[in-house]
Amino acid sequence: MKTHLKPADADQALEAVRWAISEETPLELVGSGSKRALGRPFQATHTLDLAALTGVTLYEPEELVLSARAGTPLPELEALLAENRQQFAFEPTDFGPLLGGEAGRQTIGGVVSCNLAGPRRVKAGAVRDHFLGFQAISGRGEAFKAGGRVVKNVTGYDLPKLVAGAYGTLTVLTEVTLKVLPAPEDTRTVLVRALDDANAIRVMALALQSPYEVAGAAHVPASLAGGLGIEELGARESGGAATAIRLEGFGPSIEYRAGKLRDLLGGFGTVEFLEREPSLAFWAALRDVKPFVSQPERFVWRLSVPPADGARVVADLKGRLPGSDAYFDWGGGLIWLAVDPGAEAAGQHAVRGAIGLGGGSGGGHATLVRAPDTVRASVDVFHPQPAPLAALSARVKETLDPKRIFNPGRMYAGV
Amino acid sequence: MKMPTPDASVLARRAEIVNALRAVVPGEGVIVERDEMRVYETDALTAYRQLPMVVVLPTTTEQVSQVLKYCNEMGIKVVPRGAGTSLSGGALPLADGIILGLGKFNKILDIDYANRTVTAQPGVTNLGITNAVAHEGFYYAPDPSSQIACTIGGNIAENSGGVHCLKYGLTTNNVLGIEMVLMNGDIVRLGGKHLESEGYDLLGIMTGSEGLLGVVTEVTVRILRKPETLRAVLIGFPSSETGGNCVAAIIAAGIIPGGMEMMDKPAIHAAEEFVHAGYPLDVEALLIVELDGPEAEVNHLIGEVEKIAREYGAVSVRVSESEDERMVFWAGRKAAFPAVGRISPDYLCMDGTIPRKQLPLVLNRMTEMSEKHGLRVANVFHAGDGNLHPLILYDANKPGELQAAEDFGADILKLCVEVGGVLTGEHGVGVEKRDLMIHQFTEIDLNQQQRLKCAFDPEGLLNPGKVFPQLHRCAELGRMHIHRGQIPFPDLPRF
Ligand SMILES: Cc1cc2nc3c(=O)[nH]c(=O)nc-3n(C[C@H](O)[C@H](O)[C@H](O)COP(=O)(O)OP(=O)(O)OC[C@H]3O[C@@H](n4cnc5c(N)ncnc54)[C@H](O)[C@@H]3O)c2cc1C
Ligand SMILES: Cc1cc2nc3c(=O)[nH]c(=O)nc-3n(C[C@H](O)[C@H](O)[C@H](O)COP(=O)(O)OP(=O)(O)OC[C@H]3O[C@@H](n4cnc5c(N)ncnc54)[C@H](O)[C@@H]3O)c2cc1C
Repeated sequence: MKTHLKPADADQALEAVRWAISEETPLELVGSGSKRALGRPFQATHTLDLAALTGVTLYEPEELVLSARAGTPLPELEALLAENRQQFAFEPTDFGPLLGGEAGRQTIGGVVSCNLAGPRRVKAGAVRDHFLGFQAISGRGEAFKAGGRVVKNVTGYDLPKLVAGAYGTLTVLTEVTLKVLPAPEDTRTVLVRALDDANAIRVMALALQSPYEVAGAAHVPASLAGGLGIEELGARESGGAATAIRLEGFGPSIEYRAGKLRDLLGGFGTVEFLEREPSLAFWAALRDVKPFVSQPERFVWRLSVPPADGARVVADLKGRLPGSDAYFDWGGGLIWLAVDPGAEAAGQHAVRGAIGLGGGSGGGHATLVRAPDTVRASVDVFHPQPAPLAALSARVKETLDPKRIFNPGRMYAGV
Repeated sequence: MKMPTPDASVLARRAEIVNALRAVVPGEGVIVERDEMRVYETDALTAYRQLPMVVVLPTTTEQVSQVLKYCNEMGIKVVPRGAGTSLSGGALPLADGIILGLGKFNKILDIDYANRTVTAQPGVTNLGITNAVAHEGFYYAPDPSSQIACTIGGNIAENSGGVHCLKYGLTTNNVLGIEMVLMNGDIVRLGGKHLESEGYDLLGIMTGSEGLLGVVTEVTVRILRKPETLRAVLIGFPSSETGGNCVAAIIAAGIIPGGMEMMDKPAIHAAEEFVHAGYPLDVEALLIVELDGPEAEVNHLIGEVEKIAREYGAVSVRVSESEDERMVFWAGRKAAFPAVGRISPDYLCMDGTIPRKQLPLVLNRMTEMSEKHGLRVANVFHAGDGNLHPLILYDANKPGELQAAEDFGADILKLCVEVGGVLTGEHGVGVEKRDLMIHQFTEIDLNQQQRLKCAFDPEGLLNPGKVFPQLHRCAELGRMHIHRGQIPFPDLPRF
């Protein structure tokens, strides 16, 4: 019988975990369900639903720190921060609509567990960079804590880093503490129009190499620019490609930097500006992968590559996967790729082949973000790891969850 | 300080071990003479000294791998070492262990402006990275005060930080990839030039692991463009409370300065006598706020900070009008440690972090403790992030003073934990704060951390005796006791 356990607090969650361990039965950990279709599908008879573990337990704006129970909905926290003109600087991606659900439902535990950062990653870092501490339940049936609530802390191993991005395979998070930052006073986007991918990568590199504190650098080719739904970008046919450089901060500073960037980038094409509202809409659409939301039948991949390799990787991919579409974030380092549903094994060999071309210490990886269960069950959703690294990851899983109770197989088979 | 009991059987095999190591690292790469090993007997925490069994200085990753594999098979302990500037005894040798020195790994391997990265061997100094890219207007942001000497490998092991951390993060926020060797000899690459690695964030765990999990043999870090402008404000306050409130108000105004440093009266006086920076001597607390960034922004924010300072009761405010003047403001702060060294034969430098608002309380309690232990204390701290560096002044030649200083230090760190902070903000646990770990973590918390070490180093041979107050065998940590459970909470909602 399938059981859906919904503990009311951390103590009940601990009891539920202890019971699952004693039964040696796996649990699927769920926050709100926004990213359930992400990762490898796996069989769990029981669901541990953490949605009732809600509430802010500490918020000290002047200390730049916030703690909340893991099931607290993200929008609730973002609203609270906004009242104090603060924000989570890592700009969490909302995968709800992309994966066929609603927007704005994700929980802070799920956000941390998936470590999915938005466009500000280039300047502010990922979720893991802001994750200071946690309370959790291990797969040994013990409640424990790690990290702390202060920014500068090197006391013991940095377990929060390990748990961020572990997709709920290591511990049940019951409470998390994050660093928050002031929200920028204003924002504006510098747009260069009609560039091809290679020139766009150059423009983004120039902007990111400049001292003008760029808080986002993206390139959307003409075929996808209309899909962002931003009126100012024009219709699909007439708008052309958009290479976008985001500025945030104090008014006079934005004014100054926008002028400097126009001078710096003007030689590459026409320069326009997106003012506050359209700029906010542009980066939110980009962050939540809006161009692919309306094409639910296509496979969606998320590639992380050395930024300067972006255009080369995409050119190679288009050769291998006719009909695919891609756009770039993180100055070229993050590629969102949509592949036609006919592609064999969701195109995994082409995708991983294109990344592997660089070789050396450059590195890179690809995650299959959207595909039907049957496909995700048969391809490597997460990038395959070399043997010594895979063995080490399996040993790390063993230390926190020796009976493989938490989301077994969600990331890798046997982990 | 109690270290693990040396293994007599290993010591008895020393000659054989030396031969085996020489077969891997030829020539002068294996050091066995006591006199030549002296330089390795301590790190910057000089209160503790111990000669190692032998010192090995490999030059390639392959050699590191072979040395570790051999030591793993033979049950020999290994202590990795960079420049030996650790302030917590992280690189303190073990009598029955080898020192694995990474000093010969001193080449920059790749500079990539398009990707904004530098790839270097671990023995390159922190400043060496900045120097390699400075002519193009770039720099590496984390800047420990020891940056001339400390290595990037040591920075990863300690997750080092500096004045810039508030705005630009610690080492962990600026490392993109590493190559490392596990105790079993496996060579593993984590990350690269891309912004995030996939799978478990083992790079995050390696950073700050104090040489207990693996040996770093290559490092890729992010470099940043130098800010257009840097300006500093020097602000004097009649009390630490007013200074602390001003810091909070600056942050509440949405300003994250490039650096925000504070000194108390004894530190101000010592620094002023030493470098004549023109610090006001009639104030209780001195704050240096540095703003960096585009010129228009810096000029705008300097005005804001001045305004806030006056609102919060500053008795003196000076804004740097030239690069020279900015350097003078910093000269005193940067020389604070040696300056205090001049007014006392010895001092202990502590390193705890507290929630910022607890500063007045902590400073007051420190004054009380100072009376109790009969020792003076001077304070310099990273005000922006609550990282304190109390300097406890003592005289090692006076019987009992070292002990009193250590007791005083332990009291301060326990207080940091009590008010919601942590035992160490940047110098690491090492041997220095090892036995205080029980004040911050429960036994369950600590066991969980030690289990993680088992995944990397099941025999516990890499830098044992550091960080954890009790050594456990992995087998013992692996045991689990769960009684057959009832289905929990019959009243728990199920669907
Ligand atoms: C039998 C059954 C009945 C269901 N009934 C309902 C129902 O009545 N109502 C309903 O709304 N949904 C129900 N669901 C669906 C389920 O609650 C969600 O759809 C979904 O599984 C939650 O997804 P998520 O993990 O992606 O959440 P997210 O919050 O997006 O989590 C993302 C990732 O983080 C992990 N994670 C989340 N929180 C934590 C945490 N605190 N600690 C560690 N890891 C964490 C997750 O395991 C996942 O890997 C049911 C599901 C099943 C199988
Ligand atoms: C005057 C002075 C000022 C300082 N200021 C600061 C400061 O502002 N901020 C700060 O954070 N620290 C500071 N420190 C402390 C120290 O400089 C840092 O901790 C530094 O990172 C240590 O680097 P190192 O190369 O000297 O390492 P070592 O002292 O040689 O080793 C430190 C630890 O790292 C391990 N280790 C070294 N290399 C490797 C490797 N390649 N692989 C695996 N493990 C390794 C060792 O085993 C040891 O545990 C200061 C020290 C001094 C003396």
